[in-house]
Amino acid sequence: MTERPTKLRPDLAVILRHIEPGSRALDVGCGDGVLMEALRDQKQVDARGIEIDGACVERCVARGLSVVQGDADRDLGFYPDGAFDYAILSQTLQTAERPDRILGELLRVGRRAFVSFPNFAYWRMRWALMSKGRMPVTRHLPVTWYETQNIHHVTVRDFEALAADFDIAIQNRWFFTNERRIGGSGANWRAEYALFEVSR
Amino acid sequence: MKAPPNSLTLPHPLPLDSGDALTDVTIAYETYGELAEDRNNAILLCHALTGDQFVASDHPVTGKSGWWERMVGSGKPIDTDKFHIICANVVGSCMGSTGPASNAPDGKPFAMRFPVITIRDMVRGLVGLLDQLNIERLHAVVGGSMGGMQALSLAANFPDRTARVLAIATTARHSAQNIAFHEVGRQAIMADPNWNDGDYYASGRTPDAGLAVARMAAHITYLSEAGLTDKFGRRLQDRDTKSFGFDADFQVESYLRYQGSGFTRRFDANSYLYITRAMDYFDLAEEHAKGGEEGLLADAFAETSSRFCLVSFDSDWLYPTAESRHVVHALNAAGAPVSFVELSAPFGHDSFLLEVPALDRVVKGFLND
Repeated sequence: MTERPTKLRPDLAVILRHIEPGSRALDVGCGDGVLMEALRDQKQVDARGIEIDGACVERCVARGLSVVQGDADRDLGFYPDGAFDYAILSQTLQTAERPDRILGELLRVGRRAFVSFPNFAYWRMRWALMSKGRMPVTRHLPVTWYETQNIHHVTVRDFEALAADFDIAIQNRWFFTNERRIGGSGANWRAEYALFEVSR
Repeated sequence: MKAPPNSLTLPHPLPLDSGDALTDVTIAYETYGELAEDRNNAILLCHALTGDQFVASDHPVTGKSGWWERMVGSGKPIDTDKFHIICANVVGSCMGSTGPASNAPDGKPFAMRFPVITIRDMVRGLVGLLDQLNIERLHAVVGGSMGGMQALSLAANFPDRTARVLAIATTARHSAQNIAFHEVGRQAIMADPNWNDGDYYASGRTPDAGLAVARMAAHITYLSEAGLTDKFGRRLQDRDTKSFGFDADFQVESYLRYQGSGFTRRFDANSYLYITRAMDYFDLAEEHAKGGEEGLLADAFAETSSRFCLVSFDSDWLYPTAESRHVVHALNAAGAPVSFVELSAPFGHDSFLLEVPALDRVVKGFLND
């Protein structure tokens, strides 16, 4: 199968590459559906989405995608156990009311989950906090502390510890800086954001 | 009653949820747009409580333009250049389909001898029409309010008959509040001496006063408080001071009276009783309950082969967003592909009929994927 070149964000491109063709996937916080569309068109995936923003849902519906307006904290509970091969939560974990519960729900409705999040231990963040004593505003996280939806600041190591605490197996991990993949060594310093594939 | 040009009589008796059956059922309908050679571009539009088949053509009684003309037509969200639109008057109504004003086998109007019908019975009639029109599988079934109930009922009871279900500003069950408002309307009709136990067709004295009050009460539920305030406020009607009497001092009173009396010119009071009853009986989960247990709505959709789209409006307090979410969650549980969006619009329940550009985009997007 020839894959069309996509302009997907690097973490989404990795997810697209690693999802089995013809599988079922739930994209939680699917935005305007760019990943779902790629999954449907390139991998014949039966993709469903949840998105809180009505304007985004509208664009998804116009793309022929099945997307429900709702939020991960409240609406995941209505999906049956094991309804999906994959549950996807990209750049949303840090906005959830209870990230630990969301992670549990993802692995209840999906056999596997892809979770990506900004790494708050990235060295530029650490430097900004240390040198200026202010909550960092970066290119990747451009919103001030009082406006940001990121209410749970998480690092690569925090996520790994959470997985260990809840007996969640990390199957794969990828790290990104400047919209490029980087190696895994010193990732908690070097990675701007991270993507994990996890399972029970 | 003379059959209107676009109608047909079903060849088989229509079985009803009550256990009765209706014979020689006439279904009056309108179509717009060409049916494709492979017959796969048909969209069934289901009308609301007091709607009719004239979705995109002038009403033969009032002369007003079709009730969803802004949505249905050439180049419009429900595009007649692409789709063959079918809209039928439901059984129990009064615009040409068999209802309480139709003649019973004894040659006299049914009146209250008409059997109590349900939303599912209406849908059976619509599916009977599709059979006669030789349409095996719809591109979509679309409806708002009671039309949405029919769309959901069709998906649940005839799971192979449609590829898409678009249900707008609707619910899977009538709430106590919904039933309560309908009961006010029915009591207003039945309290009108002209109603005469439903036997008024020969006398020529129709229960217009009762029907008008029913319509006035219902009409309030179709609007939002903010919408009413915006449109009328406390403004007075054609006067500078209050009359210290019971004239329509306020603009909102005058408006409701106008809505009420206009309605009596085009609608049969007995049809209003029967259709509101059908809506009150509607509970899609209960219909699919097994073995005396409380029904699960998800079970109603267990066999579905359709994609769904539900739309609610933030100012609709008749069928609020929670009701649509309830349906969405059941569809999630049943594993059906479903989209849902709550749109922001100021017009209350009536938003589905009015100028809401976001609705146009959702409808067009869902039907054209």
